[in-house]
Amino acid sequence: MLDIFNFKEHIIPMEKWVAGAVDWLVGNYRPQFQAVKWPVEQTLNGINWVLQIVPPIIFLIILFAIAWRLSSWKVGIFGVITFLLAGYLGMWEETMTTLAMVISAVVFCVIVGIPMGIIAARSDRFVAFIRPILDAMQTTPAFVYLVPVVMLFSIGTVAGVIATIIFAMPPIIRLTNLGIRQVQSDVVEAAKSFGATPNQILWKVQFPLALPTIMAGLNQTIMMSLSMVVIAALIGAGGLGVPVFEGLNSLRVGLAFIGGLSIVLLAMVLDRITQSLGESKRIQQRDES
Amino acid sequence: MADKVVVKNLFKIFGPGPSRAFDLMDQGMGKEEIFEKTGLTVGVREADFTVKSGEIFVVMGLSGSGKSTLVRMLNRLIEPSRGEVWVNDENVTKMNAKELNEMRRHTMSMVFQSFALMPHMTVLDNACFGLDVAGMSKPQRHERAMSALEQVGLKTYAESYPQELSGGMQQRVGLARALAQDPDILLMDEAFSALDPLIRSEMQDELINLQEESDRTVIFISHDLHEAMRIGDRIAMMEGGRIVQIGTPDEILKNPADKYVQSFFRGVDPTTVFAAKDVARKSQLTLRWHKGEGYPVAALEQMRQEDRSWAYVLDRHQKFMGVVSEASLEQASERGDQNLSQALLPDVNPVPFDTPLQEILTIVRKYDFPVPVVDENNVYLGVVSKNRFLRTLEHGIDKPQTEATA
Repeated sequence: MLDIFNFKEHIIPMEKWVAGAVDWLVGNYRPQFQAVKWPVEQTLNGINWVLQIVPPIIFLIILFAIAWRLSSWKVGIFGVITFLLAGYLGMWEETMTTLAMVISAVVFCVIVGIPMGIIAARSDRFVAFIRPILDAMQTTPAFVYLVPVVMLFSIGTVAGVIATIIFAMPPIIRLTNLGIRQVQSDVVEAAKSFGATPNQILWKVQFPLALPTIMAGLNQTIMMSLSMVVIAALIGAGGLGVPVFEGLNSLRVGLAFIGGLSIVLLAMVLDRITQSLGESKRIQQRDES
Repeated sequence: MADKVVVKNLFKIFGPGPSRAFDLMDQGMGKEEIFEKTGLTVGVREADFTVKSGEIFVVMGLSGSGKSTLVRMLNRLIEPSRGEVWVNDENVTKMNAKELNEMRRHTMSMVFQSFALMPHMTVLDNACFGLDVAGMSKPQRHERAMSALEQVGLKTYAESYPQELSGGMQQRVGLARALAQDPDILLMDEAFSALDPLIRSEMQDELINLQEESDRTVIFISHDLHEAMRIGDRIAMMEGGRIVQIGTPDEILKNPADKYVQSFFRGVDPTTVFAAKDVARKSQLTLRWHKGEGYPVAALEQMRQEDRSWAYVLDRHQKFMGVVSEASLEQASERGDQNLSQALLPDVNPVPFDTPLQEILTIVRKYDFPVPVVDENNVYLGVVSKNRFLRTLEHGIDKPQTEATA
């Protein structure tokens, strides 16, 4: 009777099932997975090519201008100094590759995530459906992602970006949903009473008022994609993850440290620049009053 | 006047499966009982009324009485559970989404208690909002919105943002936004309740002024009797989702349908709401003006029998002639006067019927006896005594039948 607790004898053949399922997916749906991979690859290569070819001086000027416009001149100077430091540490190329990976991952997160968030804001059923998926996406340890991604998309930088997209998508979906749902109901009611259609309400009222929250989601998505992009070095993605893993593997602590430091610096710059996006002065005023 | 809005047998039940509530209502159960039994909330129950073109129709009641629900069913921000709403002879309850939006864009606009302005838009864009969603071109809608802002005196603030303005100014923007649509019907949901009293009465005056320039129909929600009296042509009193009384302010004031309606008068400053005619009571002895002999003596006898110190002299058309006192009659009879005219107290001026209570105060204080009140033809309506005046201040008007007919 106690035989059923013999874990050596009775084993659920999960491994076989999963392997079989993945084999079947790869065997039958390879074109589909390649089709998913293609736009990511094009975007990544395009951005990477530009970033690698642009002379550092031009890149720094543009960086300063963006940081200054979106935030302040202080953040601009901070960004320039940070990138210069990464350059002098010998990490310019890796930093550019990582930046390209982050940007392409975030582009896809936005393209897919914001519409999903909008649908979620309009449908409780859709929220009930995607919430467990989002939870799973966020709580699954980063390493575990890499397995199916490698099976379906093989290894390399593009596969790394795809893993990053999946990992970093939840915040922007959640916060788009939240931002739209948080818009004061009286304002939405007023819009309705003046004969606005649901689409007009969305684009003229809800979306602009939700924008600060959506931007906070974008900030989180960028931060999460940066952390994943580094781990993606495990499956052969390039960028700043490479020196870290090389350093760890060959016990070159200095190299790993430099790679790690560059990641932290890049994270700080991206965070400072995008944080300010969420702080629209006008809407804050209304909250205070 | 033509009927602008006709509401027929309108119900709103909040909660799933409203038919259960209808069954219980047919059995005559009230809002509380139905909620206990089914968990359903009766928002509005059996509303039936007509608003005429050009009228200011006030819906009054405490919070939770269903007045906001009622007005939101007129433009279907809240879907009625049963019944019909007709606007300009069109059945609103049968409209599809497109027709409904057309009606909201052109026929009916709304002003909200919380202002509900768009914080991300300038005052001008806010005023344009309805015209924008209706697809009007930018120069055209700016022109219309500017003239609406001019009407409410905010033209110079067109480029400001709502949160830079005071509450009163924000609600003017709300009003301009509604006026820019040039609607037949203006729905105002406690539009002035969030404003401080001074600004509130200023806005009320402004609404009345606007109303004089156009013959818009206004449906105004309020929990403030004072406001309702001031601006309303007719008032509907709501309680527990039901309309308990509809009438002109005067009718409701004088004949409150029940205790609930009456209770509204508490807490209202009666001296601003009531006029002399509302508090005057025929509680005093009246004497017929007569040219016959020996009258002072007969009058004196009558007064002693009734234990009165004063009597009010009327002619045969009930017109007020003067007041006599016990003392003045005694003097007249000692002198041997043959009629009452010599016994009338000097310098007694009756109060016109429409004098506000505020102004009566000084007059009531001046005389020892209750002050007589007359209508425009000098016909005696009754008296206001000190006692009665003070009681009105304390309780508002109550109408014990005995006193009214004495």
